[in-house]
Amino acid sequence: MPSRRIFLRNSALAMVGVGSAPLWLQRALYADVTGARKKILVAIFQRGAADGLNVVVPHGERAYYRLRPTIAIPRPALDASNRDDAAIDLDGFFGLHPSLAPLKSLYDQNHLAIVDAAGSPDPTRSHFDAQDYMESGTPGLKATQDGWMNRALPAAEGKVSPVRAIALGQTLPRSMRGVQPAVALQSIESFQVRNADAAKQFESMYTAAKDPVLRATARETFEAMAMLQAIQRQGYTPSAGATYPRGRLGQSLQQVAQLIKSDAGVEMAFADVGGWDHHTNEVGQRPSEGQLPNLLREFGGALTAFWKDMGDRMQDIVVVTMSEFGRTAHENGNRGTDHGHANCMFVMGGEVKGGKVYGKWPGLEKEQLYEGRDLALTTDFRDVLGELVARHLGNPSVKGVFPGYDPKFLGLVG
Amino acid sequence: MRNRVVLGLTVMLSVAAFPAVASYARKRAAENRGFQNQIASDQKIMQALNRLTFGPRPGDVQAVKAVGLKKWIDQQLHPEAIAENPVLTAKLQTMDTLRMSERELVRNYPTPQMVRQMVSGQMPFPSDPDRRLVLTRLVERFEKRQAAGGDPNQQAPAPDVRKLNELLTPQQIRTLRQGTAQQRLDAFLALDNVKQDEVVAALPAGMRQNLFAAAPPEVRRRIELANGPQQVVARDLMEGKLLRAVYSNRQLEEVLADFWFNHFNVFLDKGADRYMVTGYERDAIRPHVLGKFKDLLEATAKSPAMLFYLDNWQSVGPNAPQARGKKGASGLNENYGRELLELHTLGVDGGYTQKDVTEAARCFTGWTIQQPQRGGTFVFNRRAHDDGEKTVLGVKIPAGGGIEDGEKVLDIVARHPATARFISRKLAMRFVADDPPEALVKRMAETFQKTDGDLRAVMKTMLESREFFSVAAYQSKMKSPLEVVASAARALNADIDYAFPLANQVAQLGEPLYRKQEPTGYSNNSREWLNSAGLMARMNFALQLADNKIPGVKVNAADLTGIALGSPEFQKR
Repeated sequence: MPSRRIFLRNSALAMVGVGSAPLWLQRALYADVTGARKKILVAIFQRGAADGLNVVVPHGERAYYRLRPTIAIPRPALDASNRDDAAIDLDGFFGLHPSLAPLKSLYDQNHLAIVDAAGSPDPTRSHFDAQDYMESGTPGLKATQDGWMNRALPAAEGKVSPVRAIALGQTLPRSMRGVQPAVALQSIESFQVRNADAAKQFESMYTAAKDPVLRATARETFEAMAMLQAIQRQGYTPSAGATYPRGRLGQSLQQVAQLIKSDAGVEMAFADVGGWDHHTNEVGQRPSEGQLPNLLREFGGALTAFWKDMGDRMQDIVVVTMSEFGRTAHENGNRGTDHGHANCMFVMGGEVKGGKVYGKWPGLEKEQLYEGRDLALTTDFRDVLGELVARHLGNPSVKGVFPGYDPKFLGLVG
Repeated sequence: MRNRVVLGLTVMLSVAAFPAVASYARKRAAENRGFQNQIASDQKIMQALNRLTFGPRPGDVQAVKAVGLKKWIDQQLHPEAIAENPVLTAKLQTMDTLRMSERELVRNYPTPQMVRQMVSGQMPFPSDPDRRLVLTRLVERFEKRQAAGGDPNQQAPAPDVRKLNELLTPQQIRTLRQGTAQQRLDAFLALDNVKQDEVVAALPAGMRQNLFAAAPPEVRRRIELANGPQQVVARDLMEGKLLRAVYSNRQLEEVLADFWFNHFNVFLDKGADRYMVTGYERDAIRPHVLGKFKDLLEATAKSPAMLFYLDNWQSVGPNAPQARGKKGASGLNENYGRELLELHTLGVDGGYTQKDVTEAARCFTGWTIQQPQRGGTFVFNRRAHDDGEKTVLGVKIPAGGGIEDGEKVLDIVARHPATARFISRKLAMRFVADDPPEALVKRMAETFQKTDGDLRAVMKTMLESREFFSVAAYQSKMKSPLEVVASAARALNADIDYAFPLANQVAQLGEPLYRKQEPTGYSNNSREWLNSAGLMARMNFALQLADNKIPGVKVNAADLTGIALGSPEFQKR
C-alpha cells in the first residue's frame, strides 16, 4: 500500500507540475496518511469594533436601557406584531439582535455558542493597536512578528497542501503571517496567471531559477494554482439551497466552503468584514434598520449559509468570530457608540457545545463598568481561541501559540 | 521581551553545539570570500543602477559609462546638484496636496464629518469659492446616504443610476457610455459645474473610469473629489511616490526617501494621520536622508504624524499637573519610547531595559499635538510633562526640565554606538545583501560615529566598499513590490498619465504604500516578499503591463516583454 501511495504521489506531482492533474488525483496527494479527516478552523474578524451590546442584547439588564435611550434593542416581544424590532430571547437574560434571527435555530440546536464580555485585556482603544494585538495573539506586545493562526497550524507531516492555510483578501492578514506557508487569495477564480501560455513559460523559467528559495516558492505557487484551477473548473453550487449574501463576508465564506468541500486540504481559513465602527446613527428609526442591522443581516446570513452549505462536514469545522474591542455601554450624542472594551464572540460548529451564553456577566452599573464607561472583560479572547487550538485542532502547544498566557478553557468543544 | 530572551538562548545553544559551529564557520568563510570577489566592470554599473535607482532605463548603462561610475555615484550622493526631470515636475504640478500644510489639507480635502463642522460654522470653509461649493454638495449627498442607512462597507457614495436619467438626456448618456474619449469628454464639459459634479456622483464605476481616462487634470480632480475629498490626499501621496520613483533624476534620493520613511514608519489610515503623512514625508524625512541622523531623528520625533501614530501626544506624566487636575486622564504611554529605542535607534538587541523605555517615555511627556483633528502642529505642553529626575541608558536627566528632557534622550540615542551599528546594518541590508558582512557593517558604523551620524558619509563608505561590488551581493536581493513596479515602468520607458492604478498594483503585490500598519515598516529582508500570492501577482502584473492593460500607463512592448518582466531574473536586483 505505501508504495502505491508513493507512486500515486509522485506521478500526480508530475502532472500537477503541468497543471493537468485531475482533482481526485491532486486530492490523493495531500490526503492525510491516516485517512482521518482534518479538523478545520475558520476565523472571522469584524474590523472596526462591533457593538457587542447591540448584537447580543442584555435585555434583562435595566442599565442597558437607561444607558441607551434611543439605540437600545427592545426587550423580546410577547406578541407577533413587533417581533421584527425586538431582541430574540436566548435564555431569559440575553437576546440576539433581530437581524440575526437565522442564527436562533442554530443556537437552539446547540451548534452555536456565544461568549460574552470577552476580548483583549489590553486597555488600548485604538483600532490599529487592538487589531494588531488580537491578530498577533499577544496583547500589549508589539514585537511579535507572526500571527496566532500561523503558530496554531499543527506541525505538518509529509507533504502539506498548498492551500492548507488560506485568507480571503488581497494581502495576508496579520493573523496568518509566519513561517508556515499561507496563501492570500481574492477568490479561487482569480488565483491564476491570466494567460495559459505565459503560465507555462513562467513555470519552466521558475523551475530553472538559480535561487533555491525562489524556486521552492514558485513550486508552491504553481501547485496552489493548479489545484485552485481544478477546483474552479468543477464549478460550484452551494448545497441544501444555501444562499450566501452578496457582501464581502458571504462571498469569502462561499470560497472557503468551496475549498473545503473539494478536499483540497484546508485546515485554517480567515475572512474579515469591515464597517463596524458606528459612531453615528448606529441603528435607524426602527431597531431592525440602519447601519448595524444591515451589517448584522449580512453577518448572520453568511454564517447560516455556510452552515447549511457545509452540512455534515460541520462536524470537523469550527467557526469563531472576533472584533478588536467593544463599544461604550452608553450611547453618544449622535445615536452611536464610541470605542469601548469587552465584546462578544460567536463559536459555531458541529461539535460545539452551543445553546449557551458563556462567560461571567459583569453588569452595566456604573461601578461595574470598565473605567466607568465600557463593558468589563471577564473572558480573555485567548481562552476561547486557545481551547479551539488545543481541543478542536488538537495542537498540544497552546502556550507556543499564545506565548506568556495560559488559556483557561470554557468547555466550548470536545 | 520574554520571547526575545528565549530566542537569544536558542541561538546561543545552537552555536554551542559543536558540529553546528564548524559548519557555521565554513559557511561564514565561504560567504566572506563571496563578498571579497569582485564582479566585472559592466556588472558594476548594473549593480549601481540596480541598487541606487528604481531600476535601469534603456540607455542608462551608457549614460553612467559616459560620466564614469565613480562620478555618477558621487552625483547621486548630491541630489541637490542634479537638475530635476521637467516631465516629473509637470506631472506633480496638479497634485496640490503634496505642497499643502496639514491645516490646508484638512480644510481643502475634509472628511464628511469635517464638512458638517464647516456647515455648522465650527470650522472655516476653504477660501476657494468653487471648492466650497463642491464640499457643500458633498455634505448633502453624505447626509442623504446616512439617513438611508447606506452600506458602510462602501467607501464612496453609491452611484445612483436613476439619478443619471434625470440629469441627462438619453443621447448624452449614450455618448458618455459608448462615445470616443473625445466625445465623452466634450459631452461632459458641455455641462455646467454643478451638473458635472452631480453627474460624476451618479455615474457607474465603469463610466466614471472611462471619463477619468479621457479627462484633463482639472476635471480629474473634480472626479476624485466626488469619490471623497479625504481620499485625494492618500491618492496624491501614492501617485507622487510612484511618479518620482519612475521619473526622478535624483534616484538615490528617492530610494533613500523610501528607505527612511519605512524606517520611521507611520500608518496613513490611523485617524488624524491621514492628513499628517504628506507633510511628514516632505518636511521630516526628505530633507535629511543624506544629512545628519540626529536631525532626521528629531524631525520625526517632533512630527505630528509620529506623535499621533505612536500615541505620544496622549502621554501624560503621572505626576504632571494635568494628571493631578483631571481624574482618570490617561497616563504614561510608552509606545513611542519603546519604538524609539527598539526600531528607530538602538535596535532590539541594543542593550536597553524596560526601565529605559519607561524613563524615556517620561522624558517625552508633554510632546504633543495642538488640535490633531484639524491638522495640528507639534507643541510642548508643560502641564502634561513629568519633570522629575530620570535616568536613560545610564545618563541622569535632572529634575525640573521641560522639552529639553526629550531632546536630551534623542541626543543620547542618536550618538549611542548601538545606533551606529543598527543603522549601518540596516542600510547594508537594503543596499548590499540580506545578510551583510560584519566587516562592512563595522566600517560603516565607524564612519557613523566619526562623523556624528553623517548619513552621506556612511553611504559613501558603503558604496566605495569591495563588498558592495562583490559577487555575493550582485543580484542577491529580491525586489520589493514598489521596486518591481517602478523598475518595470522604467525598463519600458513607460508613459504614465496617472499613476494610482500602478500604485494599486504595488498594493496587490503586497506592499500597500503608506499603509504598513506596524511600526516596524516593511522588512528589509527581501525574503519577506517571497510568497505564493505575491509571486503570482508579479507574473500577472508583468503580463498586464506589457499588454497595456493597466489604466493610465502606456508602454511599447515586444512579444516576450511580459514574460521577461515576470521572469525570476527580473524579480532580483
